[in-house]
Amino acid sequence: MSSKASPTLAGEILDEQLELSLAELCRACQVAPAQVTEYVSEGIIEPCAGEPGQWRFRGVSVIRMRSALRLQRDLGVNVAGAALALDLLDELDRLRMQLRGDAR
Amino acid sequence: MEFKDYYTILGVKRDATQDEIKRAYRKLARKLHPDVSTEADAENRFKEVGEAYAVLRDPEKRVAYDQLGRNWQAGQDFRPPPNWDQGFEYHGPGYTGADAAFSDFFQSLFGHAASTDPRSARGASQHATDTHAKVLIELEDAYRGATRTLNLKHSELDASGRPFARERTLKVQIPKGIRAGQQIRLAGQGAAGPPGGKAGDLYLEVEFERHHHFHVEGRDVYLALPVAPWEAALGATITAPTPEGPVELRIPDGSAAGKKLRLKGRGIPGRPPGDLYVVLEIALPRADSAAVKAAYQELEKARPFNPRATLGV
Repeated sequence: MSSKASPTLAGEILDEQLELSLAELCRACQVAPAQVTEYVSEGIIEPCAGEPGQWRFRGVSVIRMRSALRLQRDLGVNVAGAALALDLLDELDRLRMQLRGDAR
Repeated sequence: MEFKDYYTILGVKRDATQDEIKRAYRKLARKLHPDVSTEADAENRFKEVGEAYAVLRDPEKRVAYDQLGRNWQAGQDFRPPPNWDQGFEYHGPGYTGADAAFSDFFQSLFGHAASTDPRSARGASQHATDTHAKVLIELEDAYRGATRTLNLKHSELDASGRPFARERTLKVQIPKGIRAGQQIRLAGQGAAGPPGGKAGDLYLEVEFERHHHFHVEGRDVYLALPVAPWEAALGATITAPTPEGPVELRIPDGSAAGKKLRLKGRGIPGRPPGDLYVVLEIALPRADSAAVKAAYQELEKARPFNPRATLGV
């Protein structure tokens, strides 16, 4: 694990190509399945396939869920508050990107 | 070690009420939260604010800190006086910071309190083992793939439960087709877990260095390309830069400024790849000689033209 002359590490990109099971998502975010269900019903993350219980998630769900968990833990907001914050942050990202393009 | 002025960090007066301290903290936490803020040092400042709050929110720690406070200035070299906190009693859960990365200054005063708060107990035993870092790459790296060497510092607990900083070097492959804001997960490369536990994962967030010419939106790349008035009016084949190297580009005749030409599939590679958009700008030669002046006057005579016709003047 401490690696001085280490080989090159290749990770996995948490993107649309990557699919995770409910168990894998729980492990990545260190939460119980019930919490994933809560996040799904709040619309923070969305399964890309499967019946409840057989859900599959895209890699980006890991990023979103971890972000929401940090916001809840650090700022004391509830799930709905974290959902709102994430939506606004997405919008902000989109606008910033546009602004950067227009400023040229 | 530097003395930290927790009151200045939170922006409150020394005689602030507990409520005022809480309000100041909440406000700063929302502003500086690493998931929210785009400021480069947001994460460090967020931690600093969390540490200040951990002390000032707790009346016992605050009183202990206060009796040190008056003689010290922020940044001053600090060593706690022997038995400085004798007679102070601490109760209940230790600090409830998001992770155990408080400063040496804090540790020297309050120690590394093994927290009994269930919220952070979970944090200490599991969450702290997942780590995250940012990696800056060039746009061109996303087209070709790249290897980056990262120097990462994190704190680990030694056998007696005391944190210490550990540095390590990782060589990481940046896959072709990566986009800004995406994260790469390196399983088992986070911090070591509790004794006997598994190591966490390392999450690498990818950002692009600002590029001189190109600007990126998702998987699409934009280029503002200046053309001469005659190239735009008459059409031309010109050379345009792309992240993969220069290409020949045909400008159709009658192109106006702002015209967007799409080079399909020349954006960031992937399934599907992004597109490269070339947005035309018309650059005017300066009328800095009699000949150029005459040419402009010629053009004016040849083609009566009111560029403000649509504005009704």
